[in-house]
Amino acid sequence: MGSTTDKLIKGGAFVIDDLDLNRMFVPEDITDEQKMMAKTTEDYIRKEVLPHKEELEKQDLELTKKLLKKAGDLGLLGADVPEAYGGIGLDKISSSLITEKFAPAGSFSLSYGAHVGIGSLPIVLFGTEEQKKKYLPGLATGTKFAAYALTEPGSGSDARGAKATAKLNDEGTHYILNGEKQWITNSGFADVFVVYAKIDGEQFSAFIVEKEFVGVSTGAEEKKMGIKASSTRTLILEDVKVPKENLLGEAGRGHIIAFNILNIGRYKLAVGVVGACKRGLELAAKYANERKQFKQPIAKFSLIQNKLANMAVRTYATETSVYRTVGLFADRLDTFTEEDERDGKKVADAIAEYAIECSLNKVFASEALDFVADEAVQIHGGYGYMSEYEVETIYRDSRINRIFEGTNEINRLIVPGTLLKKAMKGELPLLQKAQTLQEELMMLMPEQPGVAPLDKEKYLLKNAKKIFLMVAGLGAQKFGKDLENEQELLSNVADIVGDIYTMESVIARAEKSLEKAGEAKSEHKLLMTEVFTQEAFQNIEKLAKESLAAIEEGDSLRMMLSALKKMTRFEPANLIEKKRRIAASVLAEERYTV
Amino acid sequence: MNILVLLKQTFDTEENIVIENGQISEENVEFIMNPYDEYAVEEAVKIKEEIGAEITAITLGPSRTASALRTALAMGADQAVLIEWDEQEADEWTASNLIAAVVKNRDFDLILGGNMAIDSGSGQVAIRVAEKLGIPHVSTITKLTLNDGTATVERDVEGDVEIVEIQLPFLATTQQGLNEPRYPSLPGIMKAKKKPLKTFSVEELSLENEDVTTATVIIDQYLPAKKQAGQILEGELQDQVSELVQILQNAAKVV
Repeated sequence: MGSTTDKLIKGGAFVIDDLDLNRMFVPEDITDEQKMMAKTTEDYIRKEVLPHKEELEKQDLELTKKLLKKAGDLGLLGADVPEAYGGIGLDKISSSLITEKFAPAGSFSLSYGAHVGIGSLPIVLFGTEEQKKKYLPGLATGTKFAAYALTEPGSGSDARGAKATAKLNDEGTHYILNGEKQWITNSGFADVFVVYAKIDGEQFSAFIVEKEFVGVSTGAEEKKMGIKASSTRTLILEDVKVPKENLLGEAGRGHIIAFNILNIGRYKLAVGVVGACKRGLELAAKYANERKQFKQPIAKFSLIQNKLANMAVRTYATETSVYRTVGLFADRLDTFTEEDERDGKKVADAIAEYAIECSLNKVFASEALDFVADEAVQIHGGYGYMSEYEVETIYRDSRINRIFEGTNEINRLIVPGTLLKKAMKGELPLLQKAQTLQEELMMLMPEQPGVAPLDKEKYLLKNAKKIFLMVAGLGAQKFGKDLENEQELLSNVADIVGDIYTMESVIARAEKSLEKAGEAKSEHKLLMTEVFTQEAFQNIEKLAKESLAAIEEGDSLRMMLSALKKMTRFEPANLIEKKRRIAASVLAEERYTV
Repeated sequence: MNILVLLKQTFDTEENIVIENGQISEENVEFIMNPYDEYAVEEAVKIKEEIGAEITAITLGPSRTASALRTALAMGADQAVLIEWDEQEADEWTASNLIAAVVKNRDFDLILGGNMAIDSGSGQVAIRVAEKLGIPHVSTITKLTLNDGTATVERDVEGDVEIVEIQLPFLATTQQGLNEPRYPSLPGIMKAKKKPLKTFSVEELSLENEDVTTATVIIDQYLPAKKQAGQILEGELQDQVSELVQILQNAAKVV
């Protein structure tokens, strides 16, 4: 087992290593069986859920429960629960496909996501044998529903600042919980809550709290900008007697659970966003073909085509990097024995290895969807502003994604922070690489990339990795420990790293396709890869320039800028023309297509 | 009780049809089980749940066709048979010969199949199979009740209902309204992986050459012409009438 683990890709290693193509999962690798599971989900959403969308949007929670139960009957709630506890224990690719296919259901998919994800997973991953046997069979089949209660009025991003308390009673049989948890998804109908509170006001810990326990109540439904189908209330705990067996994980180790669940919440959010982006693109493409102005469909106007192409490219980039990440977990989990699989902590560790990738996906995906939703509304013109049109809902629903599961700002800060930690621990040879690069920078000569497909993109990717090392290395050198106070710089580094991850993902997907299907059948992927890579690289250049100016000054700044210039010299392709071609495919198919 | 279900894999109903070099392009196309065949599978599974049955799903086509069989297995069929056919789509003659060759050596009490294929519009294959096997058949059924050795069947006859009593074994083709096909559940999909799927090559069926040679030839395939925008005549009634006559005679050339 040790030797297998060694071969696994390390989290964050992509910033310095070259990617082995065969190690990257691409959506083209999805098996027939996985497709069948996706189709069952799609059929369920189309036939059972979409006809009720209007009632769901009016927050008919009884209906929500009924539909979730139906999903449970099909096995859709048990994907991440091992068979031993009443679930189906699917691989992570299948479970992600299911999450993606829920997206067209709008915020009903959030009720689903909160239940199977942050609601059930803490018990799956950190529950004792007894806790798992007691709670999971109901949760996996939809006879019981779960919610997750971390946030409080006074503690959001700073989760450990929670005020809720737990105190062991004199008999030593129960913890007495008091406090208020805010914005709890599914709170209106959940039977089981995973609640964080501090034992004796100090030890941050997680508890399984049942709705039926005396002293548990919920506040009024919140009035929200979007995601209106989902239930969001305050959870109120007043002297709630929680049996001490319901302590989840160890006392004082609640942050471990919270950290792991956030990682999972982040990648699952990104997976859901892939589905929402595809839906937005599909609606916009259909509308552009239908809507006539100046005696022709607006799809004929190249400015509309340009928007559709931008939406398609971001959707492609999101899908590719998200499934690459899921593939990383899947690879690690594949080495697991059945016993390992039942050991939730091991599963959580396998995912936590990729905390950086999870944060990058969360940020990139949520911002991609905001872009896609915004342009989908724009293509619909005035109609897009009207509630009868689905894009209006998508637009409102999208906005929360940049806020929950850790704001995008927090997630950006996590990226360089975690990279640095890994470097300090010796897990990633970042410092050595930065050193070598500094020597290389002195005698850098601009290069001329080849002309074969993807040659230029691979060249830009190589240079992007160098630019990252230059900026991050100089920043660390200049600010040392104080770097953590330079949040703008850290955020820039996170964006550079994010662009690198996504560039590499799309390039590798296109290259895999070139190898397997040939150039003609990879045309659309190549076009989207060229567009994404060029734009991401130009963004990296801009971020690097701003960062260098904040780190260096005088002669050394001029020297670094000149090195940057050499690394960023390339002949830009005609993206306007490429985007027209991308749009042509999108408009012909009236949906996301690769 | 042994039930055989005949099914076909077709284009997803939401696919755009693209013709390239005179052939329908299969590029990027999603394939599904022919929706009418879903009624047949569902009915078989319902019978299995009520009185017990062994269900075998049968189809022919290229290797991708196996996924339609897997769907049937995931819905509840017990085993599947794929007759490998890589050439241009088999016509009703060939398809029914191949299927009959597989079926004739098997025990069966009931054969079900969709009443037509949504892609080619063909509704002959199942009925031809019944003829070749020398068993009775009843088409477009909307209700099936099994009694002891017989069945009462309701069939859709142009909007009216005809009730037929029939002796087992027989073949029936299924029509919309018969039942509500289930989606393959996730546990069902997992189980399907382990169920037997047997593949036959055409040679293994030892048929005469003419039996496996298509009897029909596709001469041309083309998409329906794009609908022209309608034309609204304006002006005095008198003028409109003469303009209409003029159009009918000269432009549309129908009178």
